[in-house]
Amino acid sequence: MTATEATTAPGSAGAVLGTRRLRTEDPPLLTGESLFVADIKLSGCLHLALVRSTVAHGRILSVDLGPAKSMPGVVAAFSGADLKDAWAAPMPCAWPVTADMLSPTHLPLAVETVAYLGDAVAAVVAESEYAARDAADAVVVEYDPLPAVIHLEDALSDRNLVHEELGTNSSYTWELSPDPVAVEAAFAAAAHTVSKRYVQQRLIPSAMEPRGVLVVPHPYGGEYTVYSATQIPHILKIMLAITTGIPETSLRVIAPSVGGGFGSKLNVYAEEILAVVLAQRLRRPIRWVEERSENSVATIQGRGQIQHIDLAADSGGKITAIRVKLLADMGAYLQLVTPGVPLLGAFLYTGVYDVPAYSFSCTSVFTTMTPTDAYRGAGRPEATYAIERAIDALAAEVGVDPVEIRRRNFVREEQFPYASVAGLVYDTGRYALALDKALDIAGYQGLRDEQARRRQAGETKQLGIGVSSYMEMCGLAPSRVLGSLNYTAGGWEAATVRLLPTGKVQVVTGTSPHGQGHETAWAMIAADRLTMSPDDIEVIHSDTAMAPYGMDTYGSRSLPVGGVAVALATDKVIDKAREIAAHLLEAAAEDLELTDGSFRVKGSPTMEVALGAVAFEAFSAHNLPDGMEPNLEASVHYDPPNFSFPFGTHIAVVELDTDTGQVRLNRYIAVDDCGNQVNPLIVEGQVHGGIVQGVAQAMWEEALYDDDGNLLTSTMIDYLVPAASELPSFETASTITPSTTNVLGVKGVGEAGTIGSAPAVMNAIVDALSPFGVTDLDMPATPERIWRAMAQASAMAQAEGEA
Amino acid sequence: MIPSSFEYRRASSLAEAITMLGEGGDDAKLLAGGHSLLPLMKLRLASPTVLVDIGRLRELSYVRDGGDHLAVGALTRHADVHNSDVVGREVPLLAHVAGQIGDPQVRHRGTIGGSIAHGDPASDLPAVCLALRATLLLAGPSGERQVPAIEFFTGFLETALARDEVLTEIRFPKLGGARWSFQKFNVRAQDWAIVGVAAVRNGSAGVALVNMADRPVLATGVEAALAAGASPEEAAAHASDGLEPPSDVRASGEYRRHLATVLVRRALEEAGA
Ligand SMILES: Cc1cc2nc3c(=O)[nH]c(=O)nc-3n(C[C@H](O)[C@H](O)[C@H](O)COP(=O)(O)OP(=O)(O)OC[C@H]3O[C@@H](n4cnc5c(N)ncnc54)[C@H](O)[C@@H]3O)c2cc1C
Repeated sequence: MTATEATTAPGSAGAVLGTRRLRTEDPPLLTGESLFVADIKLSGCLHLALVRSTVAHGRILSVDLGPAKSMPGVVAAFSGADLKDAWAAPMPCAWPVTADMLSPTHLPLAVETVAYLGDAVAAVVAESEYAARDAADAVVVEYDPLPAVIHLEDALSDRNLVHEELGTNSSYTWELSPDPVAVEAAFAAAAHTVSKRYVQQRLIPSAMEPRGVLVVPHPYGGEYTVYSATQIPHILKIMLAITTGIPETSLRVIAPSVGGGFGSKLNVYAEEILAVVLAQRLRRPIRWVEERSENSVATIQGRGQIQHIDLAADSGGKITAIRVKLLADMGAYLQLVTPGVPLLGAFLYTGVYDVPAYSFSCTSVFTTMTPTDAYRGAGRPEATYAIERAIDALAAEVGVDPVEIRRRNFVREEQFPYASVAGLVYDTGRYALALDKALDIAGYQGLRDEQARRRQAGETKQLGIGVSSYMEMCGLAPSRVLGSLNYTAGGWEAATVRLLPTGKVQVVTGTSPHGQGHETAWAMIAADRLTMSPDDIEVIHSDTAMAPYGMDTYGSRSLPVGGVAVALATDKVIDKAREIAAHLLEAAAEDLELTDGSFRVKGSPTMEVALGAVAFEAFSAHNLPDGMEPNLEASVHYDPPNFSFPFGTHIAVVELDTDTGQVRLNRYIAVDDCGNQVNPLIVEGQVHGGIVQGVAQAMWEEALYDDDGNLLTSTMIDYLVPAASELPSFETASTITPSTTNVLGVKGVGEAGTIGSAPAVMNAIVDALSPFGVTDLDMPATPERIWRAMAQASAMAQAEGEA
Repeated sequence: MIPSSFEYRRASSLAEAITMLGEGGDDAKLLAGGHSLLPLMKLRLASPTVLVDIGRLRELSYVRDGGDHLAVGALTRHADVHNSDVVGREVPLLAHVAGQIGDPQVRHRGTIGGSIAHGDPASDLPAVCLALRATLLLAGPSGERQVPAIEFFTGFLETALARDEVLTEIRFPKLGGARWSFQKFNVRAQDWAIVGVAAVRNGSAGVALVNMADRPVLATGVEAALAAGASPEEAAAHASDGLEPPSDVRASGEYRRHLATVLVRRALEEAGA
């Protein structure tokens, strides 16, 4: 299975990195061989189904399990009250962002009140999935409804409380305001100001595989094997120990093939804890597989913010200060990192610009909707959206082209490493270079000419061109920085590299891929250094018994943290192998060079010993240097010194049907710089998928609730996840500006596409609409919203004309 | 996404299907391609107790030249209608629309009869039947009858079909070179239309609308205006005359009215005023 596009053969160090190797993950995925949780069938396995709240907010008056318990195949049924003492600790939130943050007690099954539609109130266990579902439907729950709290500003008013016991809907206020006086002064002196309110609608992360968990108890050994469709097997294991009271040593968590997550599986969910506790009680394997419609309400949602952003600028359009106030929607409860999501954006509202004064404040409120949490980009797409939309507004205010306003404000190449006003130090960046390249590919001037022609001719199909220059912070994260932000855990990553007696290599990683291609990429990283073929390298991951240390996969961290750990562990193994080789060749270690998988004495190339032979020596241990331990294995726990800061420019070209308000994305140009690329094919894949998710937020997706807290977009007919037919072929390219803070020179790329794209598309749409007097538009830019905006602008223009 | 339990019966002939329907009583349903019925069952919005599967009645899958009309068997799949040479030649509007339904999977499972019998105002083929004044053949315990398409759709997901009747064939008048247009407005290619218009101009005009009422409907105001000599633009102004278009998460009724006006105009311009 060595399909590869690579033209350079492995052999010398550096021959593998940067080649377009096909993913070794793909054949088993494409042929259906990969095992997902729902594919794992165990005899005697019981099936769990949940009874979910049918009201957004209410007191539970009664739960009648009787009818369910008497149904065929039903083994047990529990209400929240039945299990209220079963938990060793409530559901975890690992990010108490402030000391006085308010958080309601959150149990896997609600006991007294439900706080969102889909909140689990009872659990049914049966011999089959069908029996469990039918029985769950037979459970009768009575509610005394309470008012739904849907709108964030209404939540903030405390008119109706989500959690009465907290006395307020506000969870916390978090501020980053290094010099408030400077900000006020800049606004007072500004020649131009822009003041905008943007809405980040809620999104439903729609991973191709819904969630699922299978818990296998070993009642006589006292252990539990937990298979979960999760991004975070390591964190899950710790949290399961804390919430169930089962010792960590008795828990093994395995993430089998996982079909995407986008942050939604970066969580610890009620069903996971419940399945462990029920498997413990019933002493039988228990499986729960989420239904697609459950996924809409019971899996965390993304975004959910109202953003107020003010820019102050001098007469030339140079930004002098940025002021941001956020209102963030936590949903009904705080899930694993819910409160931290806005903070991940807090440092980025200055975008790619050299901004001298900045203040940020975020107030987060509870609502009676599904909890929010990290969704691809987590905080950073929101921040980028606000600044990239606002700078277009500033361009209009100053009267210059959106490209020109960006140039005037970019952090310049010679300013790196750049200490931002928000307190970050950006490693490297060539923002103008990426912009120029994108403009060049787009043929920007030609597009503007064509736009002018259509405007002049009054054609029905008008063009809009939108630019977004982004940067982001990823590679989560230096542990001390996380500590300073009150995050409970660190941001390091672990790797072990072993040379086996037959000359093959094992790489053990603490990252937990679920579509990203780590097996391919990590093998390439090790192969490149070992001067071997990646085909001889096995990558082990996502099983806490085989890869005991890890901080898992999210926040575009896997390569800049986990991949770097693999590189460092490989180097350590090579160092030891070199000692052994020197001993065998009776040469000095520093005279040896590693090429084509063999150590050779510089200058006497016939004196060589293959890595495989060295590995066998290390294994037999018959002839090792005095005092050296057998075997070739090295482990590294790598804590990154800094985030990495990828950047780029995206350009969207849209066509607006002025009769209907319909917008089509005609072209999409993305120039991304994620530093050195391990495998450009994987980079492109990440960029493509990321762009689609950002475009989808701009144009189609929205979790829409009615005033009673019912989700109106609960099926994939109403929640508009796009398909290929809605999108043009993307024109992607890259610039390469290596990071200076890690040995690979790499930056993360998992979220970049999503971060750059939504503002590019919305800027293009607003650009197309500007001749019609429309200066702003909320996401998603549905045809009806556009039609209404145009009608409203034309009515206003008419009224002004008459006045 | 797990349906309630039901009894599954497979009919091996049309007669057997009719008998099984009769035996099944009020909660028996025919299963053709399953692409309208099964989603409803999985969401538990429909819970028939007996499913009578007619999916293997290949004798109801055909396209026949009937001289002045084209006869299409009810179990002909959308993809087969779309790819049929004779449909493309004699009723190109039908071939075109069949190719616009859903996505390739849907077109290879869904049947023309299922689409029409379901009576969904959001479906495309009913509008084609209305605009073309097609005739439907229904078979029941007491034999066969013919119903004009314009009398077939009686309410929301309700049709002239009796409980124990099977739609067997749809007869479309040949277009004979008449110009036509189909305007489907949607956001994603695979979706049902937010609003759609099927128009044909063959001396007189046939104009029908998708998703503009609780059932598939004719644009009677438009047809009347055209008969009185109106221009496409003038006629289009009557697109939603007498109609109460639905409001849902995709579009308000008000916006649907606007769309109908635009799309009817475009359809009439394309079909030649
Ligand atoms: C994702 C998706 C997208 C779709 N997009 C579109 C679209 O864009 N446009 C569109 O028009 N449709 C669309 N559809 C619907 C699709 O065309 C259906 O296949 C069709 O509407 C129903 O045909 P069926 O054979 O699947 O019927 P079934 O689902 O099997 O049956 C539908 C109903 O008709 C009854 N029935 C079926 N056959 C007969 C018969 N011969 N006599 C009497 N009653 C019968 C059944 O009892 C049932 O009540 C879509 C469906 C899906 C799943």
